[in-house]
Amino acid sequence: MPVVDKSSRAIGAVRQSFAPWNDASARPLIRFEGVTKRFSDAVAVDDVSLDVYENEFFCLLGPSGCGKSTLMRMLAGFEEPSGGRILLGGEDLAGVPPYERPVNMMFQSYALFPHMSVEKNVAFGLKQEGLPKDVIAVRVAEMLKLVQMQRFAARKPHQLSGGQRQRVALARALAKRPKVLLLDEPLAALDKKLREETQFELMDIQIELGTTFLMVTHDQEEAMTMADRIAVMDSGRLVQVATPGEIYEQPRNRFVADFVGDVNILEGAVAAREPSGLWRIAAPGALGPLMVDDPDERLDPGQAVAVAVRPEKMTVTRERPEGPNAFEGEVWDIGYLGDWTVYRIRLDDGRILRVTRANTTRFVERPIDLEERVHIGFLPDAAVILSS
Amino acid sequence: MRGRLSPFNVVSLTLGFAFLYIPILILILYSFNASRLVSVWGGFSTQWYFALLQNQPLLDAAWVTVRVAFVTAILATVLGTMAAISLTRYGRFRGRALFTGMVYAPMVMPEVITGLSLLLLFVSIDLDRGFWTVTLAHVTFTMCFVTVVVQARLVAFDRSLEEAAMDLGATPWRTFVSVTLPVIAPAVLAGFLLAFTLSLDDLVIASFTSGPGATTLPMRIYSSVRLGVTPEINAASTILIALVTIGVIVAALVTKRSVLMRQAG
Repeated sequence: MPVVDKSSRAIGAVRQSFAPWNDASARPLIRFEGVTKRFSDAVAVDDVSLDVYENEFFCLLGPSGCGKSTLMRMLAGFEEPSGGRILLGGEDLAGVPPYERPVNMMFQSYALFPHMSVEKNVAFGLKQEGLPKDVIAVRVAEMLKLVQMQRFAARKPHQLSGGQRQRVALARALAKRPKVLLLDEPLAALDKKLREETQFELMDIQIELGTTFLMVTHDQEEAMTMADRIAVMDSGRLVQVATPGEIYEQPRNRFVADFVGDVNILEGAVAAREPSGLWRIAAPGALGPLMVDDPDERLDPGQAVAVAVRPEKMTVTRERPEGPNAFEGEVWDIGYLGDWTVYRIRLDDGRILRVTRANTTRFVERPIDLEERVHIGFLPDAAVILSS
Repeated sequence: MRGRLSPFNVVSLTLGFAFLYIPILILILYSFNASRLVSVWGGFSTQWYFALLQNQPLLDAAWVTVRVAFVTAILATVLGTMAAISLTRYGRFRGRALFTGMVYAPMVMPEVITGLSLLLLFVSIDLDRGFWTVTLAHVTFTMCFVTVVVQARLVAFDRSLEEAAMDLGATPWRTFVSVTLPVIAPAVLAGFLLAFTLSLDDLVIASFTSGPGATTLPMRIYSSVRLGVTPEINAASTILIALVTIGVIVAALVTKRSVLMRQAG
């Protein structure tokens, strides 16, 4: 078995040029220091420490009730932390009311003022600053152009579609040129097609303006598409902070592996480390031990671990694949999605594994059918060992 | 489900409306009676409406009533809106339950009690009874109606609108003036009209708290009726009914319109 050369590998296909979080001399724009928020009966945010850098598109991802919105609302000033500090550009924000913070928020409900026209909505923040009328007019026009809503300047919010309201909300939040734009589930109210388009538009706007974006979402696809880095939260705690590629390919624990994308979890125990650097894992139900290429050095023989493999990194074949990492089972369900086909394969012990295959051709010779006996295989570097 | 009216529903509706409105219809009808005798129909005439214009005491009373109702409605709207805001916005402050109870108590308090207690108060602080005592008394019992109407609107109010305003740099006061108030304005207006009409047709409390020179129209009508009902009084009552009806209808329309706006927005 060849030893894998790790020097040229990169995780995920992401832009590599922007990574201030790896630069020790870079100073974060936003810093959460041990921030905790207790409501009368529950801890919503539990000792969160987090740095967000200038120009970053940062995403807080987690299921509802994980504390991500509370964390954002504390930055906006709508909630006061019960403990810890929030720094913006090095300055402690404690006691600064929301209307004096240089951050603006785009609300999930958009919160457009129903009695004001689009133009007046966008101008609202600028008017509070007491800017002269002509300056406001220029800036409003500029913002409406940015979100392509010039034609609707005189409309009232109830005369707009959901997508148009979303644009107005964005223009209004950006009009004051905030240091940080907070986005609370910005695309949740849009339908799927529009959501996808808007994702890329938001990314373009972020790059064009160079504003730091902090987004909250429960939609992992949205987070993966848009963010430079993602912080996965669960029950008020940060579980993992990393780039989308690392989150997907190198999840820290089962929660992350399961929450972001689909995953097959194979229980087992560490057997030994091979001279090649691969870990040998004894996994019941597999045809022989599993070989996994994981950089983790701190595993002990005998330790119970889980091997996580993404469905698209597994293969289904009639013959047993070469090399280690093989399972045998019966095809239980086949789901044809057009671009992908999903196979649900039942192992003899009753567990069901999920394997997907990209449909790269229109015709398949002798397609795998229901109830056939098949083998599942994967390469050592397709899997990740989860120790916690 | 919007089913068809069954015969039973038609009968009960007719009886119900008849019970409520036939007396009023008779009153309106007889205000157009040409005969001086109330119970004898002598042909159609509008002479009593013209006679009203000559009846100075009645006109004075009407003017007092409108002034009282107007000032009452303004004060009750301000106080009632403030009460509604503190009840919906400040969460569970100490004594909230007591405050709620005390705001709503005048709604169910017998008017005689309210009137008598206010009379005792005014006498004990040696306040001359007149325009201002009636107005103050009316504010105390109409305020809670404003609170009910405005509170209902505030509960349905999307808090993120206020947060958005503050996020964009508006101080709490600016937020209230430029966002909260315009959005709840229909409810505030409805409350104003409600307070206005309630004050317009109050007799009991006004009788207790009024003094010389501040006789309201309902008081004047009531005292005239004791000397015998005249078609002139019917005419005055008809006008009063029309005013109250207009007030209530406008209040209902304003509320309905704001609901439609909200659904669209």
